[in-house]
Amino acid sequence: MEQYEPDRLSPAQVAAMRRSFRNGRAALTRRSLLRASAGGALVAGGLGALTGCGIPAAGKTAGGVSADDHSAKEKTVSFSNWTEYMDVDESEKHHPTLDAFTERTGIKVKYTEDINDNVEFFGKIKPQLAAGQDTGRDIIVLTDWLAGRLIRLGWVQKLDPSNLPHAFANLSQQFRSPDWDPGRAYSYPWQGISTVIAYNKKALDGVEVKSVSDMLDNPKLKGRVGFLSEMRDSIGMTLLDMGKDPAKFTDDDYDAAVARLQKAVDKGQIRRFSGNDYTADLTSGDFAACIAWAGDVVQLKADSPDIDFIIPDSGYITSSDNMLIPNRARHKTNAERLMDYYYEPGPAAELAAYINYVCPVDGVKPYLAKIDESAADNPLIIPDAAMAAKSHAFRLLSQKEETAYEEKFAKLTGA
Amino acid sequence: MATATPDAPPLAPAPAKRPPRRRGRWTPYWLLLPGLLWLFVFFALPMVYQASTSVQTGSLEEGYKVTWHFATYWDALADYWPQFLRSVLYAGAATILCLILGYPLAYLIAFRAGRWRNLIMILVIAPFFTSFLIRTLAWKTILADGGPVVGALNSLHVLDVTSWLGITAGDRVLATPLAVVCGLTYNFLPFMILPLYTSLERIDGRLHEAAGDLYARPFTTFRKVTFPLSMPGVVSGTLLTFIPASGDYVNADLLGSTDTRMIGNVIQTQFLRILDYPTAAALSFILMAAILVMVTLYIRKSGTEDLV
Repeated sequence: MEQYEPDRLSPAQVAAMRRSFRNGRAALTRRSLLRASAGGALVAGGLGALTGCGIPAAGKTAGGVSADDHSAKEKTVSFSNWTEYMDVDESEKHHPTLDAFTERTGIKVKYTEDINDNVEFFGKIKPQLAAGQDTGRDIIVLTDWLAGRLIRLGWVQKLDPSNLPHAFANLSQQFRSPDWDPGRAYSYPWQGISTVIAYNKKALDGVEVKSVSDMLDNPKLKGRVGFLSEMRDSIGMTLLDMGKDPAKFTDDDYDAAVARLQKAVDKGQIRRFSGNDYTADLTSGDFAACIAWAGDVVQLKADSPDIDFIIPDSGYITSSDNMLIPNRARHKTNAERLMDYYYEPGPAAELAAYINYVCPVDGVKPYLAKIDESAADNPLIIPDAAMAAKSHAFRLLSQKEETAYEEKFAKLTGA
Repeated sequence: MATATPDAPPLAPAPAKRPPRRRGRWTPYWLLLPGLLWLFVFFALPMVYQASTSVQTGSLEEGYKVTWHFATYWDALADYWPQFLRSVLYAGAATILCLILGYPLAYLIAFRAGRWRNLIMILVIAPFFTSFLIRTLAWKTILADGGPVVGALNSLHVLDVTSWLGITAGDRVLATPLAVVCGLTYNFLPFMILPLYTSLERIDGRLHEAAGDLYARPFTTFRKVTFPLSMPGVVSGTLLTFIPASGDYVNADLLGSTDTRMIGNVIQTQFLRILDYPTAAALSFILMAAILVMVTLYIRKSGTEDLV
């Protein structure tokens, strides 16, 4: 600042200085530079360059390409998961179940919580997978529909059943054969997710909510109802409420469900469509009732007695987050061993006690009861027969349907 | 501006003297090389790639090919002009609010803060120490329906007026345009204050004294001396606020509702959810072009093209 203070120089000096910037050998003003770089960009961006960068067809690049398996030499596996989806000890630095796995097998786990959102994560790994490159990850965890898309695109590897004996034996019936991965050739569930209706007792103030219809139609809840920005959860719950089966619905059914929600948006009944941040609205009471993921509700309930959930008579949507091995992963066998480890009842129970989602492993109940009695009796963690009977999955969509449906849903949510 | 050091050669132009030595001729360009490379790799190349994407057609499974499908631009504009308009309105409102809030504060820091100057500066910058997302989420707590702010606004009947104006809905602030503008204003306020402060701080205090000696009242001094001299700060502050605010999607996502979605939200949805990369790229280009035009007009009008 000291060296250059225009207002302390005489006008003549200032003018001289300007001229020296413009005409001298340092006649490199910012503007001429901008002009130069813009020109450069235009030249570089000539027609040829534009035509040159098409995006190759995704499906054709690679179909379940394995790299050389370095599992034997490199005793390591890299595991990408969602945030807060793994048990931690008091120091919050160690994951007891992962540590136990390393101790038993000698395989070090590089555990990264870098998945926050299905679509964002897809955007992140897409370029590498489309180009047939290693993503640096041996296990990724994705929700059904996206897992299905990756399988359809041929971007994940077929699993070797001989490395997955526990997984094969202990996988719960309801997760055995989803339409997007019949017989679980490519994926195993990490946790199951139940989509239910959550409410805040204080905010409801005596208003009764038993179904999606109550949420959409009761004028007392105007502006205090929340839906999820995940199309399958919001539309799925609405379809169920309308008496349709999300496992086999038609285009017309879909349009009817969107129209039903649109009506509620138009009259201001639905406050907003939210992602993971709905938990904040629910605890503050800004949402009196909302579509929610049961795993979150179990945790919220523990912190705040006002929060609770109901399962509508019409049923609820189930989905799962699934472990997959992307193409060119370097440690496929290690990854499979880690997957299998979480299908042993012991580790599965430890995990379930901590994260409160639906445990996809059979025979966990006695182990879980030893850790946490109430968790073992919670139908949201270990579904009982009544719960299982009400669960519905959203059907697999073709690529065309997916685009059309997402577009309609985006219009509904404002963009 | 380092050429203007006190030890630098005389400032008078030297065209009449001997021609510049050849060795130093390319030095400025060599010094620029890293920056230019950076620009090329992280700006020019992605722009070309995006321009190409915007005229492609296809799908994820069949791949995308350049078909010079310029209609994408037209369709995108026809479908999403309300969101464009909204982005400009919200960003404009936030910029004006930032200026109204930021100018007095920058003035205070520059002229009146004395030994508190550094402390206030730290307070202005402190929000940057937490993440953008956390700061925005904090506004959900501040503006919660049952919270003290909304309670006070309701008892003062302010929300009746704003509802009538259509910027809030009923007795709440969250999930309305007002909340989104509040979030934008808060998040970009430091970008307004810092350039304002820098240009105010350079003003020679003796100019104020001189104005006083010439019987200018404080307000006249401000109008005729301080404000014109701070124009560079006003211009760069408004640009630094308006440009990122018009592309922002976080505030509209967290604090808004279905009727407050901005163009950033549309681009995000198109790119990530619908996987319509051409439309997303076309929308980005339209946004860039719109901002470029507006900024150019603005700079022309405020006559400070040298300083931005």
